[in-house]
Amino acid sequence: MATTDHAAARGLRPEVVMHGPAQEPKGWLAWLTTTDHKRIGIMYFVATFVFFILGGVEALIMRLQLAQPSGTLVSPETYNGLVSMHGTTMIFLFVVPVMAAFGNYMVPLMIGARDMAFPRLNALSFWLLAFGGVAFYASIFFEPPQAGWTSYTPLSDDAYLPSGGIDAWIFLVHLTGLSSLVGAINFVATIHNMRAPGMSWGRMPLFVWSILVYSYLLIAALPAIGAAVTMLLTDRHFGTAFFDPTAGGDPMLWQHLFWFFGHPEVYIMVLPAFGIISEVLPVFARKPIFGYKAIAASTVAIAFLGLLVWAHHMFTTPTSTVVLIFFMLSSFAIAVPTGIKIFNWIATLWRGSIVFKTPLYFAAALPALFVIGGISGVMLAIFPIDWQLHDSYFVVAHLHYVLFGGAVFGIFAGIYYWFPKMTGRMLSEGAGKLSFWVMFVGFNLTFLVQHSAGLSGMPRRIYDYGEDLAVTDYNLISTIGSFLLGFGILISVVNFLHGYRRGRVAGNDPWHGNTLEWFVQSPPPVNNFDVVPRIRSVEPMKDIRREVAKASEPAGTVAQPVASGT
Amino acid sequence: MIPRALHPPRSDSRRRTALIALAAALALMLLAAPLATADLLTPESGPSPNANAIDSLYKIVLYVAIAIFVVVEGTLLWSLVKYRARRGGPEAAQIHGNTPLELGWTVGAALILVVLTAVTFIYLGDVQNPPDSGPGGVAESVEVATIDQPDPPGGRDAALEIDVNGQQFVWRYDYPNGMFDYHELVVPIDTTVVLSLTASDVIHSWWIPKLGGKMDAVPGYVNKTWFKVTEPGVFQGQCAELCGSGHADMRARVRAVQPEQYTAYLERHERELEQSREGLAEQREQREQSQSEIQ
Repeated sequence: MATTDHAAARGLRPEVVMHGPAQEPKGWLAWLTTTDHKRIGIMYFVATFVFFILGGVEALIMRLQLAQPSGTLVSPETYNGLVSMHGTTMIFLFVVPVMAAFGNYMVPLMIGARDMAFPRLNALSFWLLAFGGVAFYASIFFEPPQAGWTSYTPLSDDAYLPSGGIDAWIFLVHLTGLSSLVGAINFVATIHNMRAPGMSWGRMPLFVWSILVYSYLLIAALPAIGAAVTMLLTDRHFGTAFFDPTAGGDPMLWQHLFWFFGHPEVYIMVLPAFGIISEVLPVFARKPIFGYKAIAASTVAIAFLGLLVWAHHMFTTPTSTVVLIFFMLSSFAIAVPTGIKIFNWIATLWRGSIVFKTPLYFAAALPALFVIGGISGVMLAIFPIDWQLHDSYFVVAHLHYVLFGGAVFGIFAGIYYWFPKMTGRMLSEGAGKLSFWVMFVGFNLTFLVQHSAGLSGMPRRIYDYGEDLAVTDYNLISTIGSFLLGFGILISVVNFLHGYRRGRVAGNDPWHGNTLEWFVQSPPPVNNFDVVPRIRSVEPMKDIRREVAKASEPAGTVAQPVASGT
Repeated sequence: MIPRALHPPRSDSRRRTALIALAAALALMLLAAPLATADLLTPESGPSPNANAIDSLYKIVLYVAIAIFVVVEGTLLWSLVKYRARRGGPEAAQIHGNTPLELGWTVGAALILVVLTAVTFIYLGDVQNPPDSGPGGVAESVEVATIDQPDPPGGRDAALEIDVNGQQFVWRYDYPNGMFDYHELVVPIDTTVVLSLTASDVIHSWWIPKLGGKMDAVPGYVNKTWFKVTEPGVFQGQCAELCGSGHADMRARVRAVQPEQYTAYLERHERELEQSREGLAEQREQREQSQSEIQ
């Protein structure tokens, strides 16, 4: 016996050491030191929503500046800073990590696990994110980055932007990248190994599928940007010239590395939102999801194809026509699995008995808005057309229909859906629906006209536009819409804060859910499940409810044939 | 056993009115669509064949897009209205899928994309390849090298090649005769103008919406685009790639004039340039002289 020998060698007798129960920390220390996936999930939600509001305020300042030509609210340098902060915040500090918030809280509950596979790694993920955000936002006290969220070289090189803002951006990409990478490995390990007995791949909830694919995409895409920003850092400070054309470097290399990450990032942001509404729609249509296998398979197909389309962001660069054609066709190919999903969602609603609760409003808005972003995406994929539309407000409109209409409406659907589970309290339906309509109208007002502004020749990322461009009306409408959108979001935030304190008590299963998280108490206890039920279908809660109903029926009626044919 | 949160609402009438209003608004939007496509929803075009080819291709895609949009949004809205929960209404049909239907819409979506690919290839040549200069063009009167053409330079169908260099925050135009300018690009009408784009600091992007799509000017690379203006006029554009604090003010201007005016402009400008060169040389000489005197 190794331990005995070892102990004997040191002259000690082997003994069993008993520890007393560790004192559970209380108050804020409990949050600081927690490794519970639910608490980490809540911290993720709070942190990402703080960044969401910061990014939103930045957007509103930009909209105010652009409301009229010759706006004087901010300087060109400040405007470029706002552009960079807004894009970076929304992508790296809101949409990507908020999906990790949902994943953290919901994945273990949905697969019948008692925590994530690596709880401490999970805490590390959160704290890396938090410090990445702090490092980035600290740049507003000296000089924020001014090269956009894409930080194209040579503009982002020290010759043109010597201030530390770009370095802050590099640190943010590294820290949040590590956070996502560690988190992704954790999700993969959890989902592969810790599913409830009987939960085969074909019985896994679609949201869990989407988080699994999200994790694999992060693992595939993040190393490219990690390498790219490291090269940029050495270019800026240590005399290398990876991207510097005056010393034999190549600015196009940056674009390839950036978009090899940047395009999968889009699906990293939007696939979990697709997963959320694939859970919400069937619950409120009182109907099983239409084409479960097709939706799961299309998630995988979109992720795979998403790795092969990066240069469609580079159609106007010096690139040979054959390459342009390849990236046009690969981008087209993604439209097929995306279309499959949209048709399946509509078919899920078809012949249902749709209960109009707030989560359903947000979930049904997602396909309605995403279709517009998808169609404009196909237009942009046709590279001769892209030559007119690239880097114009048409692209701004397109990406917001995809990321706001797609991802953010999905996120709100998820919060309204799972809030009762996470807090044990219901949100106000009235405020929720009001918030939805204000957001929906505000969103379309803001971004629909931006298509036209771009078609009229308005490039993106400009702090001012000429009166002769004839886009003044579009911009005014857009600014009004953006404040309406902001107000709609504010209603929801107030609703969340109010509901957390004073909402009606929800009970375990207020929506008649299909998946396992509704089996536990609301909010769930620390260990989640005392007993993990055996999974027999993709809708375990339906099975459990049926069993309970059967058990509670008076004896004698059970064996009789049922006339209604249910 | 239905939880309280799931009870269907008591009154449907208000929602029905709202939905009817919504449907009416949508119908109105669709009616407005053909009107809107006139200009609101299409790219700039008119003076140059490449911009016109993009515009035609875009319109075909837009019609397909509108059809898809109407079908998808219509089915979605119809499903939401028709199958909302009502007391005593039908139970939700417990359907898990329908393989022929799912295969059908997969193939259908793929077919639409095949059609779009074919249409793109039909128009690609017109957008990408510069045509010959017209009979009235001045390309032959200037010594130029053609792109993609085996004919000796200076032929009737040659193109006028101009080097464009993006710099924070102006464009420099280099004409074939060695003349250059930062103010505006003057070109003769009826002449195919091929632009060789590059940049000397950061990446810029050349975009005159009415004269076709944009092309990036990347330091270390030469990117090509072209246009051919049919009518005299002034066409405005601006840099389309974030290039620093003056990005929004980096305007580009193309003035298309009659061929005679173009040659006159070049001559005048060349004379002016020569004069200023001579003036500068004189000043320099004077300065050198005075410096040598001091020494």
